[in-house]
Amino acid sequence: MTSQEIFEQLKRKFGDKILTCEEPAGPVPPCGSGAGNSPALAGLKIEPAALPEVMSFLKDSPEFYFDSLMCLSGVDYPGLPAGEAGHLTVVYHLFSTSHNHKIVLKTTVSKGAHFIPTVSHIWPAADWFEREAYDLLGIKFEGHPNLTRILMPDDWAGHPLRKDYQYPKEYHGVPHS
Amino acid sequence: MNEMRGIETEEMIINMGPQHPSTHGVLKLVIKTDGEVVSEITPVIGFLHRGLEKIAERLKYQQFMPYTDRLDYLASMNCNFAYAATVEKLAGIQVPERAEYIRVIIAELNRIASHLVFLGTSGLEAGAWTPLLYGFREREKILDLFEMTCGQRLTYNYYRFGGVAQDLPAGFIEKAKEFCDYFEPKLKEYNDLLSYNRIFINRMAHIGVLTPETAIAYGVTGPNLRAGGVKWDIRKNEPYSVYQKFDFDIPVGRGEVGETGDAWDRYMVRIREMGQSLKIVRQALEMIPAGEYCAKVPRMFKPPAGEVYCRFENPRGDLGFYLVSDGSQNPYRLKIRAPSFSNLSVISVLGAGTMISDLIMIVGSLDIILPEIDR
Repeated sequence: MTSQEIFEQLKRKFGDKILTCEEPAGPVPPCGSGAGNSPALAGLKIEPAALPEVMSFLKDSPEFYFDSLMCLSGVDYPGLPAGEAGHLTVVYHLFSTSHNHKIVLKTTVSKGAHFIPTVSHIWPAADWFEREAYDLLGIKFEGHPNLTRILMPDDWAGHPLRKDYQYPKEYHGVPHS
Repeated sequence: MNEMRGIETEEMIINMGPQHPSTHGVLKLVIKTDGEVVSEITPVIGFLHRGLEKIAERLKYQQFMPYTDRLDYLASMNCNFAYAATVEKLAGIQVPERAEYIRVIIAELNRIASHLVFLGTSGLEAGAWTPLLYGFREREKILDLFEMTCGQRLTYNYYRFGGVAQDLPAGFIEKAKEFCDYFEPKLKEYNDLLSYNRIFINRMAHIGVLTPETAIAYGVTGPNLRAGGVKWDIRKNEPYSVYQKFDFDIPVGRGEVGETGDAWDRYMVRIREMGQSLKIVRQALEMIPAGEYCAKVPRMFKPPAGEVYCRFENPRGDLGFYLVSDGSQNPYRLKIRAPSFSNLSVISVLGAGTMISDLIMIVGSLDIILPEIDR
């Protein structure tokens, strides 16, 4: 199934909770070593609140059966759209081993105290991915069983992959050059 | 027996690592044990975190290439390959055919070299020293070929956007063919020495059985997934580069000496993969066309704004790059989805309920490498 078909089916089932279907970002050239490997995919934007419902549906329904969470990444988009406080986006790359189709889902929250529901109960792979996104970008996943730092030390201040991250002057007496 | 009744027992928490010879780098496993039996495992990672994703945002696209060497340092060429191909996809760069063949030859040789280290360390885990020496003997010859090609033996920085840094040196094809003829009989030697050794089988069979369902749910990929009987290989299922031109099989676990998906299957899939890689290298050496070894890519390299996610079959599983470009000279965001990261996360399921000595075999059979987990 193509992203567009999946989008239309989801739109019929979930209505307004599925926001938009972005055009495939970037060029779609049949060239480069990456040719054939994962054609450029459109991203479906969904409401954070609808995540658990939509994701469970994508995983369990036989026509989609997205059993594999390939990748979960957080991205910081400060000040986008212009004038706002900025947003954190979580990108989910899903893949179905039996249907051999893929999809990209994106959900966005504004910075601050907002939470994104966890998907770690749907795909256990998300457990560590979400911890990483929390550690490096400060995205809080609601309902995660153990949302602690995973790569940085437990007492580290700040989230390094935020675009406005301030480098520390020192860490336990080790100066930052 | 009556005297025993009064003795109270309690569970003990042991830190295995971060400096433990069998954790393959700086990994700490906090294990809760009931006597010899492990009841709970909590992996602690991050000791090697260098902030590669942050570094990438502060460098130009080309400048990040040497850092990919330091992801999986036993398969640097494959990491180079994956990063170059991801950027090419984003920027729409056409790669000359000769360059693609060079890339495949080098990447498959590196896969063999990486699996040879695995062969050696698997033996060590079980207390056998000899396989390590055998594995390194052959690996050395591959490193000689690499040294001849790019001057380096560990961190190569050989791939470029659009091709490779320089053409294969004179005499490489002959030397590589020589290596193929030399290496093929060695596979049988490994099997005689280690794979079908009764003691080794007794240590490896029936432990750490990873079912396909668990593997897919946890994002386990590569040989660890195939050991469970799943015929899934990106080189075959979503061919990139020129892999579709070669004839090779995907070895999968069959539970010959134990259960499908046990530690021995994970071991054996890798041994058989070396044979398949050899097959690819042989074909590529015959078929390699003349031509350019690199496309012309401007030094002021600015891919268009956009994003791409590509995954590649590395020796340890799917290496994925999620690359977001804002049209400038630096990546806006580069998320590295390292195979060992997800492969390790399944250890708390696989290792629970096993003996401590078996846990060491299971961690070894997953063939993790810490620099790409911690990044």
